[in-house]
Amino acid sequence: MADRYIEPVTAELRERWGAFAFSPGWEEKAKAAITRYPDGRQKSAVMALLDFAQRQVGEETNTQGWLPIPVMEYVAAYLDMPVIRVVEVATFYTMYNLVPVGRYHVQVCGTTPCWLRGSDEVMETCKKRGMKKGHTTEDGLWTLTEVECMGNCASAPMVQINDDNFEDLTGERLDAVLDALAEGKTPKAGTQEPGRHTVEPVGGPTTLTAMVDANHDYRGEW
Amino acid sequence: MLADKDRIFTNVYGFQPWNLDAARARGDWDNTKDILAKGQDAIIDEIKASGLRGRGGAGFPTGMKWSFMPKESKDGRPSFLVINADESEPGSCKDREIIRHDPHKLIEGALVAGFAMRARAAYIYIRGEYIREAETLFTAVQEAYDAGLIGKNACGSGYDFDVFVHRGAGAYICGEETAMIESLEGKKGQPRLKPPFPAGAGLYGCPTTVNNVESIAVAPTIMRRGSAWFSSFGRENNKGTKLFQISGHVEKPCVVEEEMGIPFKDLIEKHCGGIRGGWDNLLAVIPGGSSVPLVPAAEIMDAPMDFDGLKAVGSGLGTAAVIVMDKSTDIVKAISRISYFYKHESCGQCTPCREGTGWMWRMMERLRVGDAQPEEIDMLFQVTKQVEGHTICALGDAAAWPIQGLIKHFRPELERRIADAGNMAEAAE
Repeated sequence: MADRYIEPVTAELRERWGAFAFSPGWEEKAKAAITRYPDGRQKSAVMALLDFAQRQVGEETNTQGWLPIPVMEYVAAYLDMPVIRVVEVATFYTMYNLVPVGRYHVQVCGTTPCWLRGSDEVMETCKKRGMKKGHTTEDGLWTLTEVECMGNCASAPMVQINDDNFEDLTGERLDAVLDALAEGKTPKAGTQEPGRHTVEPVGGPTTLTAMVDANHDYRGEW
Repeated sequence: MLADKDRIFTNVYGFQPWNLDAARARGDWDNTKDILAKGQDAIIDEIKASGLRGRGGAGFPTGMKWSFMPKESKDGRPSFLVINADESEPGSCKDREIIRHDPHKLIEGALVAGFAMRARAAYIYIRGEYIREAETLFTAVQEAYDAGLIGKNACGSGYDFDVFVHRGAGAYICGEETAMIESLEGKKGQPRLKPPFPAGAGLYGCPTTVNNVESIAVAPTIMRRGSAWFSSFGRENNKGTKLFQISGHVEKPCVVEEEMGIPFKDLIEKHCGGIRGGWDNLLAVIPGGSSVPLVPAAEIMDAPMDFDGLKAVGSGLGTAAVIVMDKSTDIVKAISRISYFYKHESCGQCTPCREGTGWMWRMMERLRVGDAQPEEIDMLFQVTKQVEGHTICALGDAAAWPIQGLIKHFRPELERRIADAGNMAEAAE
């Protein structure tokens, strides 16, 4: 994580983000998040609020969003926390973007289970399209990151793009997904293996076959 | 093979909807009030008798863990249940299936477990990357509130119990229970020193128990079918059914619920279509997620897939995340990539881990290409021993064990690479 850095606070940055405030939609979500914790423990909601703030920044910039320092200051004031405590959280957790990212954040899992199933090919496919690890393409469309295990190991290799996972990838299948996104379409998330539903063995489940076509209740057989 | 009627997670593949109506039709939330009416101690005794051991990796007996919680609050502090859904161990992908396809098993389990340990509320800490899964979970929790199953007078039991979802934001270390508590309090997820243990002072300084998703989600079924049913599966001290997650070089990777102790070969043959390229092509297996040592092909073949069976071959069941590697695998790179993972995920609090994980990874990268002296293999082994056991939490241990396993079983391969690299350098001169 040592390779993460915070975007310096310049006059322009403050000018752009100094007046940041939650829009009504995110404000409602923020208030709801705070109620999930006991009175006086509102800072427990800092992770949720940073996520909401990042998403709102994303909406305003037509990207996946990031957290400029003035936005962190806003969250700190909102929760009555010292700014440094918010900065600590934002820098500790890797899902908070500390620098601007593109329209699509392509997060390729490169950990061993995905690597064994061909994550190198997935990464190559991204690079062939001009993406570079840790960078955003010049057209602002793609940011490429290699991430650690995303918990989709039985349908590896996978990428997470924005809020969706694309699993059981090959270079060709990923190209199809990225082409669709570039055209503004919404490709089907989940496994890209034809005929596979989720994480059952390819070709059909070896167990619980009665569940495929009906919501079977096994209690009668207990 | 385990019969379908004895599988707990019947919708594990999500062929059917996850919503409350569908879950009820499968038997979830069926007269939960009756389970609660048995009383706290009876529930804990039943879970103890079932032999259920924690499904998050460490395998601590679940019922016993619950019994550590205070029976009454002498100073007015409430108790909390924290459910660990921060599934991030490389190879593990079972809690995701429970959450996105059977969330009501988890929520009902939260009520049963929370009631048994006299908790005021449960916090489900779900890893940040499970974005769609968290959406499902938020909606499922709301369904349960709307139906009166949780909240005030949960299920008509007279017991008030809340369930809250808390999203993480990408830190493996938050799967460690005290780091998770820190994170829930709105801080960096850095583990706390123990004692005090969470059962004495956990979330907000209150008595807290942290349990894995699978441990909690199986509790209602155990209560319905009885401890004798659950303990009829598996060997002594290794009871019950378990979600196995098989990844890597098998023909058909999958998640499947099986009886504890199923031999490795049976598990792969029955559900995964065998090893890619046949059984002779098997090199090694990491049987319990990235932090347990690998086991070479010959030793894993007939090993029972349970806590004691895998301990006997020098490894562990962990989360039952089985990573299979065939003979095409660069085994040093496979382990080196795991070392990189731990370097990336070290929280930076304890020096042996913060410095050691980076050092070990760099050494592994040199060994990968043979750019080392033979005696450095022993030096690396010593360093892993200096990290192991010298940190606040087990991440240091988890970073050390895979390397120890590699050196134990594949030292000749490491030496061969060093010799080859040396010969090439000589030839170049």
